[in-house]
Amino acid sequence: MDRSVIELRNLTKCYGSLKAVDDLNLTIAKGEVFGLLGPNGAGKTTTLLMMLGLSEPTSGTACVCGYNATRNPIAVKRKVGYMPDSVGFYDNMTALENLIYIGELNGIPRAQVNQRAREAMELVGLGEENLHKLTSKYSRGMKQRLGLADVLIKQPEVIILDEPTLGIDPSGVREFLALIRQLSRQQGLTVLLSSHHLHHVQQVCDRVGIFVSGKLLAEGDIDSLSRRLSAGKSYEVHITLRNGVDMPWKDGQELAQLSSVEQVTPEGHTVQVTCSSEVTPEIVRFLVSKGYDITGVHQKAYSLDDIYQNYFANTLKENTTK
Amino acid sequence: MNALVTSLKNTFYSGQSEEQPHPFAVMVHKEIAGHIRSWRFMVLLLLIAFTFLGTLYVSLSNIRTAISSINDSRSLFLYLKLLTITDNTLPPFHVFLSFLGPLLGIGLGFDALNSEQQNGTLPRIMAQPVYRDHLLLSKFTAAITLVGVLFLSLALLMIGSCIWITGVMIEPEELLRIISFILLCIVYVSFWLALSILLSIIFRQVATSALTAIGLWLFFTVFYQIVVQLVVKAFLPRTASLFENEVARYNETILNLLRLAPSQMFTDATTTLLMPSVRSLGPLSMEQMAGAVAAPLSYRDSLMMVWPQVSGLTSATVAVFALAYYLFMRREIRT
Repeated sequence: MDRSVIELRNLTKCYGSLKAVDDLNLTIAKGEVFGLLGPNGAGKTTTLLMMLGLSEPTSGTACVCGYNATRNPIAVKRKVGYMPDSVGFYDNMTALENLIYIGELNGIPRAQVNQRAREAMELVGLGEENLHKLTSKYSRGMKQRLGLADVLIKQPEVIILDEPTLGIDPSGVREFLALIRQLSRQQGLTVLLSSHHLHHVQQVCDRVGIFVSGKLLAEGDIDSLSRRLSAGKSYEVHITLRNGVDMPWKDGQELAQLSSVEQVTPEGHTVQVTCSSEVTPEIVRFLVSKGYDITGVHQKAYSLDDIYQNYFANTLKENTTK
Repeated sequence: MNALVTSLKNTFYSGQSEEQPHPFAVMVHKEIAGHIRSWRFMVLLLLIAFTFLGTLYVSLSNIRTAISSINDSRSLFLYLKLLTITDNTLPPFHVFLSFLGPLLGIGLGFDALNSEQQNGTLPRIMAQPVYRDHLLLSKFTAAITLVGVLFLSLALLMIGSCIWITGVMIEPEELLRIISFILLCIVYVSFWLALSILLSIIFRQVATSALTAIGLWLFFTVFYQIVVQLVVKAFLPRTASLFENEVARYNETILNLLRLAPSQMFTDATTTLLMPSVRSLGPLSMEQMAGAVAAPLSYRDSLMMVWPQVSGLTSATVAVFALAYYLFMRREIRT
């Protein structure tokens, strides 16, 4: 966390009366992989465009690599590679020509641009046979890879990817994300990616920001988000027994007397225990000492899904009660 | 302007491979390459070339009769004659061009920006370190360059082959008039190009902008004259009850109304430039004709006569392009 590469201060963007981005503050350090997570229409793309100076903020500033993106967009665009959510290419040109064009726009000398384009395609796993194919013949996944090559040819310091996993099949997604992760580690790139897909973000990101209707609701690594979320919540343990329990369950009442156990709900073969702190071993020991045969213990942990659901549901509720 | 100068420099010195090409030059280069490779440009090129060859053939086969009736060698103007005389099987080239020129302009520009937006290439290009206006300017420059090269090479081919066939050398004044004619053609085509680029910014669908441009073109070439005539018929008092000077005034008004159409301005201007004998675009009274020297107008005089048309066309082009520029610069990239 030596140096911040992206700094957003009180960034706001209004479209008429609609606040697409609402007073956003965010700092991303060099070499970090940051995931901007939010449902569709949360203002993710607008935020990314403002970082590139392609959209003017209503108020606040976006600083990228030390340049003000609104005042000095060319300097920012020289250092930042951006892949839009539905990346498109000139269909009448081959993949290599498309890349060379972008390379030349970035001022790469003519003598080197061909070599650089080939290297970039090699890096993203588009082999020799795809070089001279028209991009109209490319599949969606290949286009996505070519989009990444397009970003890499300018040798950026920061990569901004808007919904990079959209429309690729699951195995393609895994490869793609691994590639981003690897590039970030090897070349010390700062990566900012937006997605509405939790699992994809979970796989690659050091830090995640949850972004709903223009506001950054929470920010941090996944563990800390999970901890923060579960702070006010109780743990749930499901225990499966070989033999069902008889009602009324005498041992159950005794179980409920254990410290921090709040509720015991027996139901056929399973027992659901709610407790205010982590006491699963105690519960299991208690049941074993009473002679029960335990076939399974399942402790419910809060995944990113729950975090997301939780935040998302909360804002939905707020919106409807307003 | 600076960018333009550096880009031109870079184009000329591109032999040095160490030189970094200016982004604007790269964009113009790519646009020209894209046009040349497209079927659309091939079709337009063939259309213009065949029209040119057809009219040239007609005028070549009639040149003998046209020339033999001229006694004064000062008013020969062989090359201008080649561009204008006809035996009424085909209209002369400049009349053809008054309705084919728009098609060329529209064909090169109707999908300039909305196709970029639909293919998703616009945000990708805008994320590169280039100014936004370079994109618009490069589209315009590339198409104009192509049109200019096309017309210039057609004219030079005609002059060259005629020198070869007839053995008559071209007069400097004729060359001047032909080059002005070509410049005028380029301005006329660029008006329609600017208009179609403007429409491609306004409309998101390629088909919509193409249809609107063609609609405007049809309106100005066919319907505008009809509308003017209908309106005039409704307002004009009976001609029998009018004095001569009133008739002249009404005539002038009708002509001025017709001249609001760019194709009329173009036809007026090219006719005057290519036919030195044309000394007025409206009717002339006998008093005005009296004392006139029976000689063709000088280049300077012809140019003076069509100056309003030339400046009108140029300013219309500039105005339309400026509007396109304004709309594009204020546009949100995303939507």
